[in-house]
Amino acid sequence: MSHPTNPTREVTGRPPFIEPGHTFESVTDKIGAIVLDQGVRRGWLIGFTISFALLMLLLFALTNLVAQGIGIWGVNVPVAWGFDIVNFVWWIGIGHAGTLISAILLLLRQQWRTSINRFAEAMTLFAVACAGIFPVAHLGRPWLAYWLFPYPNTMGIWPNFRSPLVWDVFAVSTYATVSFMFWFVGLIPDLATLRDRSESRVGRFIYGMLAMGWRGSALHWHRYETAYLLLAGLSTPLVVSVHTIVSFDFAVSVVPGWHATIFPPYFVAGAIYAGFAMVLTLAIPLRRYYGLQDFITLRHLDNMARVMLATGLVVAYGYMMETFVAWYSASNYEAFMVTNRFFGPYNKLYFALIFCNVIAPQLMWFKKLRLHQGWLFLTSIIVSIGMWLERYIIIVVSLHRDFLPSSWGMYAGTRWDWATFLGTMGLFMSLLFLFIRFLPMISIFEMRTMVPDAKVDEGEIH
Amino acid sequence: MSDPTNPTTPTPALDIEQVRTELASARGRHYWRSLDELASRPGFDALMAREFPRQAPGLLEAVDRRQFMQLMGASLALAGLSACTRQPAETIMPYVKAPEDIIPGRPLYFATAMPIGGIGTGLLVESHMGRPTKIEGNPDHPSSLGATDAFAQASVLGLYDPDRSQVISSAGEIRPWNAFTAALDQALAAQGSSGGAGLRILTDNITSPTLAGQLAALLTKYPNSHWHQWDPIARDSARLGSRMALGVDADVRYRFVDADVVLALDADFLGSGPAQVRNLRDFSVRRKPGGSMNRLYAVESSPTVTGARADHRMAMKAGDVQAFAWALAGQLGVAPQKPKNLSPEYTKWITALAKDLAAHRGRSIIVPGDHQSPEVHALAHALNIALGNVGKTVICTEPVATQPVYSMASLKELVDAMAAGQVEVLLMLGTNPVATAPADLQFAERLAKVGFRAHLGLYDDETAQLCHWHIPEAHYLESWGDVRSEDGTISIIQPLIAPLYDGKTMLEVVAAANGRPQSGYDLVRAFWGDKRKAAGDFDRWWRTTLHDGLIPDTALAPKPVGLRSNWIDAVIRMHDDTKDAGVGLELVYRLDSGVLDGRFANNGWLQEAPRPITKLTWDNAALISPATAKRLELKNEDVVELTHSGRTLEVPVWIVPGNADDSITLALGYGRKRAGRVGDGVGVDANLIRTSAAAWIASGVTLEKTRRTYPLATTQEHHSMEGRHLVREATLAEYTHEPAFAREMVEEPAKDMTMYPPHPYEGAAWGMTIDLASCIGCNACVIACNAENNIPVVGKEQVAAGREMQWIRIDRYFEGAETNPTIVHQPVPCMQCENAPCEVVCPVNATVHSSEGLNDMVYNRCVGTKYCSNNCPYKVRRFNFFKYQDWTTESLKLARNPDVTVRSYGVMEKCTYCVQRISQARIVARREDRDVRDGEVVTACSQACPAGSIVFGDLNDPESRVAKQKADARNYSLLGDLNTRPRTTYLASVRNPNPELES
Repeated sequence: MSHPTNPTREVTGRPPFIEPGHTFESVTDKIGAIVLDQGVRRGWLIGFTISFALLMLLLFALTNLVAQGIGIWGVNVPVAWGFDIVNFVWWIGIGHAGTLISAILLLLRQQWRTSINRFAEAMTLFAVACAGIFPVAHLGRPWLAYWLFPYPNTMGIWPNFRSPLVWDVFAVSTYATVSFMFWFVGLIPDLATLRDRSESRVGRFIYGMLAMGWRGSALHWHRYETAYLLLAGLSTPLVVSVHTIVSFDFAVSVVPGWHATIFPPYFVAGAIYAGFAMVLTLAIPLRRYYGLQDFITLRHLDNMARVMLATGLVVAYGYMMETFVAWYSASNYEAFMVTNRFFGPYNKLYFALIFCNVIAPQLMWFKKLRLHQGWLFLTSIIVSIGMWLERYIIIVVSLHRDFLPSSWGMYAGTRWDWATFLGTMGLFMSLLFLFIRFLPMISIFEMRTMVPDAKVDEGEIH
Repeated sequence: MSDPTNPTTPTPALDIEQVRTELASARGRHYWRSLDELASRPGFDALMAREFPRQAPGLLEAVDRRQFMQLMGASLALAGLSACTRQPAETIMPYVKAPEDIIPGRPLYFATAMPIGGIGTGLLVESHMGRPTKIEGNPDHPSSLGATDAFAQASVLGLYDPDRSQVISSAGEIRPWNAFTAALDQALAAQGSSGGAGLRILTDNITSPTLAGQLAALLTKYPNSHWHQWDPIARDSARLGSRMALGVDADVRYRFVDADVVLALDADFLGSGPAQVRNLRDFSVRRKPGGSMNRLYAVESSPTVTGARADHRMAMKAGDVQAFAWALAGQLGVAPQKPKNLSPEYTKWITALAKDLAAHRGRSIIVPGDHQSPEVHALAHALNIALGNVGKTVICTEPVATQPVYSMASLKELVDAMAAGQVEVLLMLGTNPVATAPADLQFAERLAKVGFRAHLGLYDDETAQLCHWHIPEAHYLESWGDVRSEDGTISIIQPLIAPLYDGKTMLEVVAAANGRPQSGYDLVRAFWGDKRKAAGDFDRWWRTTLHDGLIPDTALAPKPVGLRSNWIDAVIRMHDDTKDAGVGLELVYRLDSGVLDGRFANNGWLQEAPRPITKLTWDNAALISPATAKRLELKNEDVVELTHSGRTLEVPVWIVPGNADDSITLALGYGRKRAGRVGDGVGVDANLIRTSAAAWIASGVTLEKTRRTYPLATTQEHHSMEGRHLVREATLAEYTHEPAFAREMVEEPAKDMTMYPPHPYEGAAWGMTIDLASCIGCNACVIACNAENNIPVVGKEQVAAGREMQWIRIDRYFEGAETNPTIVHQPVPCMQCENAPCEVVCPVNATVHSSEGLNDMVYNRCVGTKYCSNNCPYKVRRFNFFKYQDWTTESLKLARNPDVTVRSYGVMEKCTYCVQRISQARIVARREDRDVRDGEVVTACSQACPAGSIVFGDLNDPESRVAKQKADARNYSLLGDLNTRPRTTYLASVRNPNPELES
C-alpha cells in the first residue's frame, strides 16, 4: 500500500491519504467528472426520488401541523417536548462534524481532513437546515417565531435574554451562517474549475456566477488563504459553543435529568461523536459508488473511527457521571430520575442506548474492524441511533416523571412525529443528492496539493 | 286556488285584486287602519296561509305569469302585515337611555335558587349585560352560606348547552305551544267523565309551594287521577327508615358544628346529597386542629370523599354495613347482641367506636348512607336517639317534599298501571324515566301502551323520543318558580334571562293542564300574593324576597320524634340474614359525582372533572379492590361481563385501593343514548342490569372476564407520593406536640441565600393558602374555575393524551396498605412562585412577574415553546395543543366571562389568581382612594369552596386572613426545597385518630 515518494506517508507506516499514481489532471478529472460528465445515474435517481418523496412528506406533515396545531404530535403535559426537540438536538449534533473537520483539523494541520471536509461541511449545513425546522415547527404559533429575535418593534419588547432559547437562536443562526460562508468560500476555486471545464452554457453561466470571478491569480490565492484561515478561526469556538448552548436548554432548567453541570462538555462530545458517525455513514457508500477509494482511503476511515471511539468514551463517562452525581447529590429527585431510567417504563430504551453508545463502539478498538467497511458502517449507524436515543432519554424520560407524581405521564410519538422526522431525513438526503450531483464533493484544489507533484513543485502550482 | 290545509271550511274568498285596490285607495293613517280591518275579514287566514310558500300550493303547481304576479302582489301587500303581527305585545325599551343599574362591562348579581331533585340551593348569579355567566353561593342562604357544589357551578353551562331541546315537537314535527295545549285539552276532556281515572302525572321530587298548589288543583279537578314521583336521586331508604323507626315521615338534618364524634355508615354526607354544601361547611369548622377537632369514623364499600377525610376508615362490603350497624347497636345496648364470628380487629374497632360514641352523648352523629337499606336508617335513628343526639346534633323535621313518597314504589305503581292499560294520559314532567328506571320495570315497553304521552324536559332525551309530545323545559336560570332547600327554607327562583328556546316550566305546563295557561311569573306572583294577602305591601315583600333570595323563617322547625315501641320488631322482620352473609360479589350502584343520575351527562365541565377518588373522566367503571383484581386476574381497563338476575352488562374495570373486597361499585348516569353530543355513549348504563328490588346494592353478582379492554381516561396515573413530602399530615397528638411539624419535614434554602436584594412589593402582594385539613377534593373549585376563566373542555381522547386544561387540579394520593390506605387530596393551582422557574426560560417574555407578585401570563405574546411548562415543577401550566375552545357555537359564546380572554391554539395558559377580579377590586378601590380591603378580592375557587379551605388575600396586610393563615405553624410550601418560594402555600393536614385504635 505504501509508496516511497508519497509525501503524506508518515513514519508510522500507516496507509497514505491518497492512493499512489495520481496527478493533478487525474484528480481534477476524477472529481470533476462526477459533476460534469457522468450525468444522472440510475442509483442517484432512485436515491433522489426516495429522498424527495420524503421531503414532500415533510411539507405535508408541516402543513398539517400549522393547520391543526401541535396537538397532532404526541406532546402533552408533562412531556411538552418530544420528537421535536429530540430531532433538533440530534440534527444539530450531526452538524458538528463538519465544522470540526473543516476548522479545527485545518488549524491543527491534519492533512487527512482534505478529502472529507467538503462533504462533511455540506452535511453540516444540511443537518443544521433540518435542525432549524424543529425549533420553529414546535412552537404553538410558528408564524410568530421572529419574536425570538431582538428586533426593534412597536410593542417595545425585547426577547428575554435570560432564556436559553434566545441563546439558541443566536448560537444556531451564527453557526449556520458561518458554516455556510466557510463552505462557500472553500468552494470558490473549485467552482472556477467547473466553470472552465463545463461544456454547457448553463453550467458555465451558473458556475461562473458562483465562482465570483475567480481567476486563480496569486493575489486571489493569497486573499483566499487568509480568508479561509480567518473563517476557520471564527468557526473553531462555534464547534464548542453551539452544543454547549443547546445543552443549556436543559442544564439551566430545574428538571431532574436536565439540571446538570456536566451537560456542556458531554453534549459537545456527543455531538462530535454523532457527527463522525454520520460522516462515516455517508462516506462509506459514497466512495464505493463513485469509486473514490483513492481519495477517501481506509486511512481516513480509520482516523474517523478513532475519533468516534474517543468521543464515545467521553460520552460513556458522561453517562457514568450522571449516575454518580445523582447518588452523590443526595437529592431524592435526582436519585429517582436515575432509578427511573434503569427500572422505569422506558428502561428498555435506556439499555438500548447503553448498547448503542457505550458497548457497540468498543469494537473500534480493533484495527481489523476499523478497516472493515461493513463493521464500520454498521457501527456508525448504531451510534447514530444511540445518539437519538440519548436525546430521547434525556428529554422525554426526564420530563415524564419529575417532581409531583400526580402529574407523571407517558409519551409516545405519533405518526405525525415520525412523518416529520422521516421528512427531515428526506430533506437532508435530497440536499445531499443535489450536492453530489452539482458540486464537487471532494475539494479538487486541495486534493491536488496532496499528490506527489505538489510536494516537489510547491512554489509553482498555478 | 282553494286552501288545501282547510278544505272543509267554506270561507268567503278574499281576492288579491280586491286587497290591492283597497290598499291602493287607502292613505296615511287610514292605510294602517284598513290593514287592521283587512286582517279581521273572513278569508284572511286562507290568504295568509298562502303567503308562506310552504303552504302556498299555487307555487308548487304550474304557475302562469299572471298568477305569479298576483302572488307577488299579495306577498308585498302582506309583508308589512305579517311583520306587524309578530310584534310582541309587551312594551319594549330602546337602549338609548340605559336601564337602571346596568353599566356596560360591570356585572350584576341576582339571587335565585337551583333545584336538584326538587331541593333548592340559594345562589347569587353573576350577569353580564343580561347574560348569566357565573354562579356563586348565596351567603344568606342556609344551604349555601356562600359556597356551592360542582353541579351548581356547572349549571351555567347547562343553560347555554346547544344540545338543549329547542322546540315543542310532536311526532317529529315542530308545533306551537297552543297546539300542545289544544291537544292536552282534548286528551283531558276525554278524562273528564271518569274523573281522570286514566290520567297520570309523573314528576320528580316536588317542594315548590306554587307547583304544589297547581298540582293540588289538578288532582281536585280529576279526583281519580294519580300523581307519581320518580326521582333517581330520591332517598327512599331514609324515608322508609324513618317510617320504620319513628312511625312517621321525617327528614333528618345534621348539625356537624356541634358534633365531636361522627360515624358515617356508608354515607358520603360531604360529597353527595342535597345538604352536602352545608354539611361540609359545618364539618370543616370542626376540622381546625387549633380548636376542638371532631373525629370521623367511616365504614364504606368504596372510598368516597367522606371516607378519605375520615380519621378511621374501614372498608367493608355495602351489604355488611347493616351487620355492622347491628353490632354497634348491640355494643351500645340499643338492640340485642347478635353473636357473630368477628375478627379481633373488627371487634377492637367497634368497641373503641362504641366507647367513643358513648363518651360523647348528645355530641355525636351517626349518618346512614342514602343507598343503604331502610334497616340501617332505622338503626341509625335508634342509635341517635339512644345517644341523645336527636334534637341536639340530629334534627328531625317534617319532610321538605310536598308529598313524601317511596319513589321506587311510586314508579312501580305507575308501571303496573301502564302494563294493565289503565293509563290513558301520562304527563312526564322534568323526569327521564326511560333512562333512569331500573331495567326490570321495562318502562319503555310499557310506556308504549299509553295513549297520550307528553314529556317536559331540558333535552330531547330517551323519554322524549317515545312520547307524542315533547316540550322543552326552561332552565332554572330562565324560570320563575319557587323551591325549598333541604332545611325547608323557601326561595323564589327568578330568571336571569328570558328563555333561550321558549322553554316552559313545570309550573306552566301544570297550569295549562288545569286549563289556565299562564306565565310562570304570574303564577308565582299570584300564589304568593294570595298567601301574603293579610301581610300587606306585597310589592315590597316581593322585591325584598327576590333580592335576598329567600323567604326568612321558612325553615322547618325541629319535630320531636321518638322510637316506635315495636320498632325493633319491624326492623328484625325486615332483616334478612342471608343478605349480610356476603356471599359472592356484590354490586353497588352509586350516584356519580360528575353526572349524578345522568341529568348532567351533557355537561362537558362535569364530565371532564376528574372523579375525586378514581380521577377518571368521561366514563364510569366497575370499581374493585386490588385484592379482588388479583384474585380474578384483572387489570385496569379489562372489560368484564357482570350478570345479575339474568341481565348482563359489559363494563371496564378500575382498581381502587381501599375498596372493599368482593364489592363492585358502578356509577349511574352513564351510557346515555340521547343525552346530547357531549354525553351520548359515554360510559355504560348501569340501569341495564339494575333491578327495582336491588336498586342500590345487589348481591350474588357474577363476573366473567372478556378478552377485550376499553381505554379509560384518567388525569392521574400515579398514586404514590414516592416518599416525597407533598401532602404533609400528622395526627392531632403529633400536632399538639410539634405544631410546625410540616416545616420540619423538609429543609428549605434560607431566603437570604441570594446575591440579590429581596424584591420589595409595595402595595399588595397576593397570596393564597389551602387548608389540607378540611379539603375533601369535591371539585367545586375546579368547576368554578372553569366557569370563571373560560376554560375549554377537551374531550376524552385529549384527557387520555395528558392534555386536560383545568387550571386547578386536585391531586389525590394513596398512602399505606392497599387494602385500606390513607387517601389525601391536594388542590394545585398555580403557585405564583416568587422565584418562578417558568419566567426565566420564556424566550419572548410572555410570562412575567407583576408588581404585586403575580406570575402573569401574556397570551398575546406567547409563541408556544412550552419551555415554561417543562420547567414548572408543579406542572400547573396548560397548553392549547389544538383549538380547544368552541369558537362557532353561538349559545356558548354567551356563557363566557367577558373579563377573561378566550384563548386560541398554540398558547400556554394557567391559573392567574383570577387577576380580572383583582383588577376589578383595584379599580373600585382607586376610585374611592383607598386600599383594597381584605376579602374584597375572592378568587373563584376560594368563593366556591364549601370547606372554606382556600383563602386568598394580600400578604402585605398583616391583618388579612391569608397573612394570618401563613403565620400558622402548619403552613408549608409545596416543593419549597427547590427555592421557588411559592405564593400559594398549604396548611398541613391533621387527623384526629382515636388513641385506642392507634397501633
